[in-house]
Amino acid sequence: MTGGYVVIFLILVAIFAPLIVKLFGSPPNDFHQDLIDVNTLAPKGGTGISGDHLFGVEPQNGRDIFSRIVYGARISLLIAFLATLLSVVIGATLGVVAGYFGGWVDSLISRAMDVFLAFPLLVFSIALAGVIPDSAFGLSGDALRIALLIFIIGFFSWPYIGRIVRGQTLSLREREFIDAARSLGARGPYVIFKEMLPNLVAPILVYATLLIPTNILFEAALSFLGVGIRPPTASWGGMLSEAARFYTIWHFMFFPGMAIFITVLAFNLFGDGLRDALDPKGRR
Amino acid sequence: MMRKTRALVAGTAALALTLSAAACGGSDSDSSSGSGAKAEFNAALTKVFNASEKKGGTIKLANAGDWDSLDPGETYYGYSWNFLRLYARGLLTFNPVPGPEGNELTPDLAEGMGTPSDGGKTWTYKIRKGVKFEDGTEVTSKDVKYAVLRSTDKETFPSGPAYFEGFLNLPEGYKGPYKSKGVNTDSAITTPDDQTIVFHLKSAFGGFDYIAALPQTAPVPEAKDTGAKYKEHVISTGPYKFETNNLGKDFKLVRNDQWDQATDPFRKALPDAYEVQLNVNADDIDNRLLSGDLDIDITGTGVQPAALGRVVGDPALKAQTDNPTLARLWYTSINPTVAPFDNIDCRKAVEYAADRVGYQTAYGGPLAGGEIATSVLPPQIPGAAKVDLYSAGADNTGDAAKAKEALTACGQPNGFATNISYRAERPKEKAAAESLQQSLGKVGIQLTLKPFPQGDYFSQYAGNPGYVKSNNLGLVVNGWGADWNDGFGFLSQIVDSRVIRETGGSSNTSVRIPEVDTMLDAAIAETDAAKREAAWAAIDKRVMEEAVIFPGIVAKSLIIRPKRLSNVFVSEAFSMYDYLSLGVA
Repeated sequence: MTGGYVVIFLILVAIFAPLIVKLFGSPPNDFHQDLIDVNTLAPKGGTGISGDHLFGVEPQNGRDIFSRIVYGARISLLIAFLATLLSVVIGATLGVVAGYFGGWVDSLISRAMDVFLAFPLLVFSIALAGVIPDSAFGLSGDALRIALLIFIIGFFSWPYIGRIVRGQTLSLREREFIDAARSLGARGPYVIFKEMLPNLVAPILVYATLLIPTNILFEAALSFLGVGIRPPTASWGGMLSEAARFYTIWHFMFFPGMAIFITVLAFNLFGDGLRDALDPKGRR
Repeated sequence: MMRKTRALVAGTAALALTLSAAACGGSDSDSSSGSGAKAEFNAALTKVFNASEKKGGTIKLANAGDWDSLDPGETYYGYSWNFLRLYARGLLTFNPVPGPEGNELTPDLAEGMGTPSDGGKTWTYKIRKGVKFEDGTEVTSKDVKYAVLRSTDKETFPSGPAYFEGFLNLPEGYKGPYKSKGVNTDSAITTPDDQTIVFHLKSAFGGFDYIAALPQTAPVPEAKDTGAKYKEHVISTGPYKFETNNLGKDFKLVRNDQWDQATDPFRKALPDAYEVQLNVNADDIDNRLLSGDLDIDITGTGVQPAALGRVVGDPALKAQTDNPTLARLWYTSINPTVAPFDNIDCRKAVEYAADRVGYQTAYGGPLAGGEIATSVLPPQIPGAAKVDLYSAGADNTGDAAKAKEALTACGQPNGFATNISYRAERPKEKAAAESLQQSLGKVGIQLTLKPFPQGDYFSQYAGNPGYVKSNNLGLVVNGWGADWNDGFGFLSQIVDSRVIRETGGSSNTSVRIPEVDTMLDAAIAETDAAKREAAWAAIDKRVMEEAVIFPGIVAKSLIIRPKRLSNVFVSEAFSMYDYLSLGVA
C-alpha cells in the first residue's frame, strides 16, 4: 500500500511541478553562479542547501537541484507511462491474437517476439537518438525527443507483455466459458474482446505496473549516456551523468539517485501489491 | 595541424608525497635538498623547484589514455613531444629551462640553429659527432633524412604532423621510402656528408627552425625500421631506451649505455628508469598522485573536477600545485553566414551579452579552467597585445544595456533565436554552451543546444560551411592550441578564410575577412621578427573588430607538483612539467 501512496504522490508532484517550484524552489534552468566557488566549482559551503534551495545547488552553474528533481519527475514519469501504454497496447493485442488463433499466426508473432527480445536495444537507441533530426513528424525540440524515447522504449518492450498475455490466452482458450461462447456462434473478435480481455485485465495491469520502473530506469540510462532529453531540460539520468564528473560533491548525485531509487521501488511494491490483490489464487 | 590535447579528460601532473604527513608537520624524513624547495603555490612555475644533481631512482608516470604513437615520426601530442626527448633526439628542441626562455629553440642533435640561404628557401644543419644509436652505430645525416622522409608517408603514419610534406620540395607523387622505394629525393633533402643535412623548401619560410624542432627529425636507422610497427621498439638516441613495451598497457625506459653526456648539452639523465602506465582511470590518477603512489600524470592537463575541490580547498595541498597558462583558446565562433549574424551589430550583441565569468566557470574556473580572454591571441604568443573592444559590465558577467543597444541597431530589439553547437563528449563545452544560453537568454537571444560527436565535429557539422548555414548554427563552441607558440602557428588555421573548405574539416568557421588574409600573407613573408610580431597583434585586433569570435578563455591547468622529485619546473613551450630534467630527490 505504501508503494501506492508514493506512486500517487509522485504523480501529483509531476503534475503540479510548476506550482511546487514556485513555492519551494527557483526555475530549474536558472544559473546561480553567485553561490559557486569559482576556484573549486563546488557550491559555497559544500552543498548550497538553504531555504531557497532545499536540495542545494549544482556545482559549476548553481542550478537548483530541488526544482530539477521535481521537473525531472515529469520527464521520467511521462516517458515511462506512455512507453508502457504503447507496449501494453501492442503486446496485449498481439499476445491475445497469437494465443487465440494459434497455428502459423502464433508462430509468426512468437518469432517476432523472440527477435525483439534479442534486439540490442541500448545500442540501437543510442544510434537512433543520435541521428534523429531536430524536427520531424511535426514535432521539434524536447517534444520530439520525448516522443522518440517513448517510441523506442515502448516499441521494444511489448514482447514482455505479449508473452504473458499469449500464455494466459492459451490457457483461457481451453476453458468451458470460451467453448460455450463459441458453440453459441460467437466469432473471433467477439470472443477476444468480450470474453477473453476482461479475464486478462488483471495480469496486464500487474505487468504494466512492473514495466513502468523498468522503463524509468531505461530512460535514465539513455539520459545518462547523453542520448535522452537534451540539456538544459532536467532529467534524472542526465543529472546523474553530470554528477559523475563531480563525484566528490555528494548531494549532486544523492538526490537524483534517490529520486530514481524511490520511484522504482514504489512502482515495484505497488505492482507486487496489485498482483496479490488481483490474483484470487494468491495467498499472502 | 593542431597538436592534440586531452580536453575531455583533464589529466593531472605529478605527485604529492603523503600529504597528511606534510599537513601535520610530523615527518621530515624526505630530506629533499636544494634551493627554493619551499612548497608554495606556483613554486615551479618560473623557477626550478628542489634543484638537485642526485642520480638514481625510478620515476613513475601514468596516462589516462594512450599515446597516439611512441614513434617520434608519428606522435602529435604535446606531452609526447616533451617526453620522447628521453629516448629520441631531434635536430632542435625547446630549451629545457624554466621561464620564458623555455619557449626558445636550442640545438639538440644539431650543433647549432639552422643556416638559411637562398632567401629562406634552403636550410642547413650540422649534426653533432659521436651521437650513437642504442646498438652503438653512429648517427649520420642520412638517418635524419630517412626519418623525415618516412614521416611523410601518411598512410603508414596517419596521425603525425604534416609540415614536412607541406614545405619540402619533394618529387611529384612521392609517397615515402616504403612505397616510393629508390626515388631520388635530393630535390627536398641533401646530405653532402655524414654531418650535414640540407632542406630545400618549395617557398621561403623564415620560421623553419620550428619545423626542424619537430620530433620527426629524430634519426631512425633504415635497417631497423619496421614501418608502422617501429613504435613497438623505437631505437633510442637519448639517455634512455625501451626495456619493455606492452602497447596500450605499460612500458619502461632504462639507461642507454651508448648515450654520451659529452654529446648532449642539456640532458641531466638523473633517474635510472621511467615506468609508465597507460589507460589508467583519470580520477584514480589524481588519487594516486595525492597519495604518493604516482609521480606525474604525463598528459599534464590538470586535475579532474572531482579532485579540484579537494586540492584547492586545502592550503597544504594547494601549495603543492602549479598553475601554468596554455597557449590554447577555448572560444566560440559567431558565424556571419547564419542570419541574423550577417549583421555585425547582432554579432556584437553576443560579445556584450556573454557572461565571461560564467564561460570561465564552465571550463573549470580561474585555476583549472583559464583566464578570461578579450581577444584571440593568448598572452604568451610573442607580440600579443591587450585588445578589449567589448565591455562586459562591471563584474565581467555581461553588459545587458550595451547588448540591447546592439540588438536595436541590428533591427532585432527583442532578440532572436539561433543554435549553438558543441562536442557531445566534452562536458566543459556543454557547460560553456549552457552558460551562453543563460546569459544571452537574458537579452532575448534564445539558444538551442546542438551536441555533435567530436570525431565528425569539424568534418560533418560545425566545420562544414554548408551544414552550418542550413542548420542555423549561429554559434559554434570551438577551441584551438598551436603546435608551437608563435603567431603563425596560432593564427593561420583559425583566422585565414582560405583554410575554410566547403566540404568541411576546418576549425575556422566564422572568420572570412579578406583584409585579414592579406595581412597574414604580409606577416608570413616578413623577415623582421619585431615587425612580424606587431603584425600578429594587428590581425588579432582586426578579427575582434568584426566580432566573429567570442574569445572565451585562455586555458590554464592546475597540475600537482611531484614532491618526491627534484628539478621540477614548468616548461613554457609545453605548459606542463619539463620531463627531461627530473630526478628522484
